[in-house]
Amino acid sequence: MEQRPLNGYGTYLLVWSALVVLTAVTVTVAGLHLARWSALAAILVATIKGSLVLLYFMHLRREAAIIKVSLLVALLTWTVTLALTFADVAFR
Amino acid sequence: MSRGMGSTLAAPAQTAHHRDAVGAKLGMWLFLFTELLLFGGLFLLYAVYRTRFPSDFHFAATTLDPLVGTVNTLILLTSSLTMVLAVAALERGRRRAAQAFLAATMALGALFLANKASEWAAKIGHGLFPRSGLLLDRTDGENLFYGLYYGMTGLHALHVLVGLGILAVIWGLLARGPRRGGEAAAERGTERLGSEAAAERGTERLGSEAAAERGIQLENAGLYWHLVDVVWIYLFPLFYLIS
Repeated sequence: MEQRPLNGYGTYLLVWSALVVLTAVTVTVAGLHLARWSALAAILVATIKGSLVLLYFMHLRREAAIIKVSLLVALLTWTVTLALTFADVAFR
Repeated sequence: MSRGMGSTLAAPAQTAHHRDAVGAKLGMWLFLFTELLLFGGLFLLYAVYRTRFPSDFHFAATTLDPLVGTVNTLILLTSSLTMVLAVAALERGRRRAAQAFLAATMALGALFLANKASEWAAKIGHGLFPRSGLLLDRTDGENLFYGLYYGMTGLHALHVLVGLGILAVIWGLLARGPRRGGEAAAERGTERLGSEAAAERGTERLGSEAAAERGIQLENAGLYWHLVDVVWIYLFPLFYLIS
């Protein structure tokens, strides 16, 4: 088996701190009642948090290319489905 | 892949115990993609109905307590931290530390479920559940919001429950790991010093064969746990922070 670089405990603690801070950010922003921008901000922050979990906790950074590409294909599939659904719903 | 086969040829005694770490990981990720699209479909449903009934969704969400959601978010994020620390500890051969981190992860997961259960119980106590008399008098949009709330957080809670079961099994495997790993390695009379030394030391370190296998199992269980966390990261603002 090939040798993989190990992340230190400190890295994980740092990522966790970032996740906690981002949770505070998303709660604060939601409290500002920015109308339609609220949803966009919430999804943006959630995506940053999700990416941190994927890259560091799920070790996507050190994963083989095939896994990264497969994940992109899965996410792209969902995005295309979202776009097609809204294209359908919007013009009904 | 070819590198993996090369090392197998170099050590023929190992072929019977051949493991494919990359294959095991890829298999787990493929399963996670199906999970992603399962929840993805529900998020799609949410997006369509929220754009169609925006004010109903905002009004219905006022009954959800952002504090409960925030606390549960912090609990789940912390459980992800202890999960990854368990993987990191086992990578360094610290089995007992890995077990302790795993136990912490399970405790936090159980706490999350307890909060969720009391939240649901309060909602149902107030007569807010699908097809309840109270909801049938409300608008379609509010009914859709509660339907999605129960459906999505319910499916998510089910995933946490399954995750707890998986983690419990892995914890059990780790608990009896050194005996099996060490003895098996010694019985096979393998010439590799690592596993013999490990068998002699006995309690603290796993035999290298068993250790590698436990490592893969623990990491795959961790992948599942983290994915469930990612789903919650999206559920939290979409249900608790839109009022």
